[in-house]
Parts: sequence; structure tokens; C-alpha cells
Amino acid sequence: MKRYSAFAIAREALRQHRGWTEAWPSPAPRDRYDVVIVGAGGHGLATAYYLGKNHGITNVAVIDKGWLGGGNTGRNTTIIRSNYLQDPSAAIYEKSRALYETLSQDLNYNIMFSPRGVMMLAQTEHEKRGYLRTERANALQGVDTRFISPAEVKKLVPIINLDGPRYPVLGALWQARAGTARHDAVAWGYARACAAMGMHVIENCAVTGVEAVGGQVTAVNTTRGTIGCKKLGIVVAGHSGKLAEMAGFRLPVESVALQALVSEPIKPCMDVVVMANTVHGYMSQSDKGEMVIGGGADGYNNYTQRGSWHHIEETVRALCETFPMIARLKMLRQWGGIVDMTGDRSPIISKTPLSGCFINCGWGTGGFKAIPGSGWAMADLMAKGESPLAGAFSMYRFREGRFIDESVAAGVAH
Amino acid sequence: MLLLTCPCCGVTAEETEFAPGGEAHLTRHGPGSDDDAFESYMFNRKNVMGVHFERWRHAYGCGKWFIAARCTVTLEVFGTYPAQTTEPPPGIVEKIKAKRPEWEGYK
Repeated sequence: MKRYSAFAIAREALRQHRGWTEAWPSPAPRDRYDVVIVGAGGHGLATAYYLGKNHGITNVAVIDKGWLGGGNTGRNTTIIRSNYLQDPSAAIYEKSRALYETLSQDLNYNIMFSPRGVMMLAQTEHEKRGYLRTERANALQGVDTRFISPAEVKKLVPIINLDGPRYPVLGALWQARAGTARHDAVAWGYARACAAMGMHVIENCAVTGVEAVGGQVTAVNTTRGTIGCKKLGIVVAGHSGKLAEMAGFRLPVESVALQALVSEPIKPCMDVVVMANTVHGYMSQSDKGEMVIGGGADGYNNYTQRGSWHHIEETVRALCETFPMIARLKMLRQWGGIVDMTGDRSPIISKTPLSGCFINCGWGTGGFKAIPGSGWAMADLMAKGESPLAGAFSMYRFREGRFIDESVAAGVAH
Repeated sequence: MLLLTCPCCGVTAEETEFAPGGEAHLTRHGPGSDDDAFESYMFNRKNVMGVHFERWRHAYGCGKWFIAARCTVTLEVFGTYPAQTTEPPPGIVEKIKAKRPEWEGYK
């Protein structure tokens, strides 16, 4: 596979760009692989990449029922941050954020990581106390965050209205090294890097069953034939419940719809990400100039990839109060993604009751930021049977009562 | 947007008038139950793709709990019935079978 570089662009410019090859091939599935990963989204591809890079396991296939990165990887609002309260969360999200910083170089693929800074507004006294606590916790965890005053908020975000009558801005938790990245490019970059190591990325290949002998996984049945494997990784977000059922176990997961929307493009007006968790809204400006807005999740099970209208109304109403200048913007697109929520709103990276079968799911409303760290931890777990990053995220924590209760710390926008 | 009819007071309204309450017909396992049963009751969910039975409360109306049978893939509501039942009543099951012949029945 040819490397991308400024030199390559110059070389191709001289021959009418006829020398570019496909970023990754579309191979037919072989009869068996050492490892099969189900789900070619960010988390699945990252798992495969770190299996190869960190553990030298390259006889790997990543299969997907649709196209690569066609699920939540391409539907999120691309925010990357690690200002979590609980130690296990801070560890994995900070690892992930750190990997994002150099991911373009690692993958030789521009993922457009933009460390523009993320602020989480404190709009009630309770929220302010919560963020002051998170700031202290982050200091102990080695995550660089700072609680800033309303005046500093105004300086960073001139378009904000500090003294909204309902929810005044009392300060914010500011993480300067957080930011955004191009979501599709993360999946494409990992896929290209996986293919370069000789792995197979197989699209349009839905799993219809899981075969096991004596409690040990041996193969997956797919719409493109049976594929044998020694180890199986299930990384399918909203559809985890279905795959788990095929593998013969149950999960503490429910699927709900989470929505986002973007406005018409406007001139640059906000160069940071602002999250307002009390009112369930967050906003950033894309490189194209669109205001990218994320909203709340529905409270009931849903697989339709569209959410309820009243959530959009709530989100937009609150953001219009905080950012009066967006009141006249027209919205271009609105969409929904199916997010897999666990009982404590923290993810699952775990062994399962089926030997050789591993699961990575439950990222709920905050999976994009975790892609590199999640892949790193899942690869450790699949290769060595244990991972310091993944340890606390076992699916057995519910039974044992060891929750990682971030829902209180992170609010809904997560 | 779901349209639900409260079987207790008969009012039909948009979902904003109601509060969702999660999977219906769970058997409670409290003190004295074993770990498997408690975990299953407390956390594990069917998360069905298709016909789903779910608790709702008429929060901005009569305040009563009831159960809605609906499809999680199309958001179609098959019907609602009072919460004082341990499984879907025959009338609702027939309605669902008429619209979803492939449905295997309540399990």
C-alpha cells in the first residue's frame, strides 16, 4: 500500500492523478481466521488495528452487515474529551484522547484531529459543585482540566449569553486539549491501516449465527458463508443484544435513539466545543461552517435511527437561550443513531460466558471519543486475556455491584 | 412521536404526556433471591428488535401505570392495557399476530 504524503500528491499531480490505488481492497472471506471481529465501525476496526500493531496478530477479518463506518461512527457529533469523574473512565478516555493526538501520523491518514478545547457549562449551583469535584478528580488522574470563571467563558466564546434568565452561566469545566476529529476518516484510516497489515475488511456480510463446540466459539455463520475463528470479538453497538443472543448470553443493554442536527453553514463564530448538560444540548462549528448540535436521547427502546421531535425542540430552545445569535439559523439535517445504554451508562469491554468470545459495547452516547482507547483495551483483552484499561468494564460488574456510575457525573450529553 | 391511549382514563395523547418506564412483565427478585435471578431482574433486558412490551405512566394525566405493546423497528403501537397483568392479554396478542404473522408470541 502506497503511503500518503505531500510528495505523493506532487508525484500524482504530474501524471493526472492516475496512480492512486484503492485505500483498502474488498476481499472474499476465507474459510477461517485466527480472529474475527464483527462490526466494522470505529471500535471494531481499532480493535483489529491494535491486535496487529501491539500483538502481532494479523490473520484477522473484520466483517460488517452494511458498509464500513455506516453506523454510529458516521452519526455522532465527533467530540473528543476525557474529563470524567471516575478513575476507570478517566483512564480509558484519556488514553484514547492521547492516541487521537498522533493518530493521523500513526495511520498515515488525516483524521483532522482538532484540539480546539471543550467546555462543559455549569448552569446551576449543583452542576458547578459537581464540576469543581471533577476538576480535583482529574488533577489526581492526570487529566488536564480547569474550572474557569464566567468571564473566561465569555472570552473563549464571545457569542454566549452568560445571564440567561433560566440558566445563567456560572463557570465551566474547560479541557483545552480536547476537541473534535473527522469521524468517517477515523474508520477509513483504521481500515486502510488494517488492510496494509494483511487483514480482511469484509462489508455486506451479516452474521446469522455463532457456532460453538464445548463452550468454545469455533465459527460464525454469515450471509457469505461460515467463517471459522479461534477468537470472536463482537463490537456492534446497538445490535449487541442480537449478537449476544446468537452467542447464548444476555446483556444489561437497551437500545435507544439519540439525535443530532446541523445548521446551514455560517462564517466562523465559535472555535471551541460547548456542552450544556443541564439543558441537554451541545454545539460546535464544523470546518464547513455548520453548527453541529447534539441533543438528548429518548427514554424508550427504539431501533429506527430517528428520535422524537420534542427532543429537538428542547435542545434547540435551550441553545437559543444560551446562544441568542443562532435563533435565526435554519437547520439543514437532522438524524438519529441507535445507542446501546447499560445499567450504569458505562461501556462493557469483557470476556463472555462463551469461551473465546469477547464483547465491546454499551458506549451509549459517548463512543466516538473512545475509539482508539477502546480498541487498544479490547485488543489487549483478546490477545492476552486481560487488560488494565478494560478490567473495570467487565460485564460481570453488574452482578458483583461494582458500577462505574458516570451517568451522574456526565449528565446526558456524554 | 408515539400516540398512546391510557387504558385507565381513556385519553389518547402524544408521548410527551407520558413517561416511559422500561420493559414490562418483569418478575421482581428481591432479598433472598440468588445472584443470577437478581442480576437478570435488575439489569438484563430483552432489548427486542420488533414486538416489545413496555411500561408507561400517564405522568401529565391520571398518573396511572399501564403497558403498551409496540414495535421497536417501526414505532407502531399495537395497543395498551392495564399494568395489573403478568403477561399480554389475549386481545392484544391477537392484534399483534394479525399484523406480525412471523411473531413467535410472548416469551
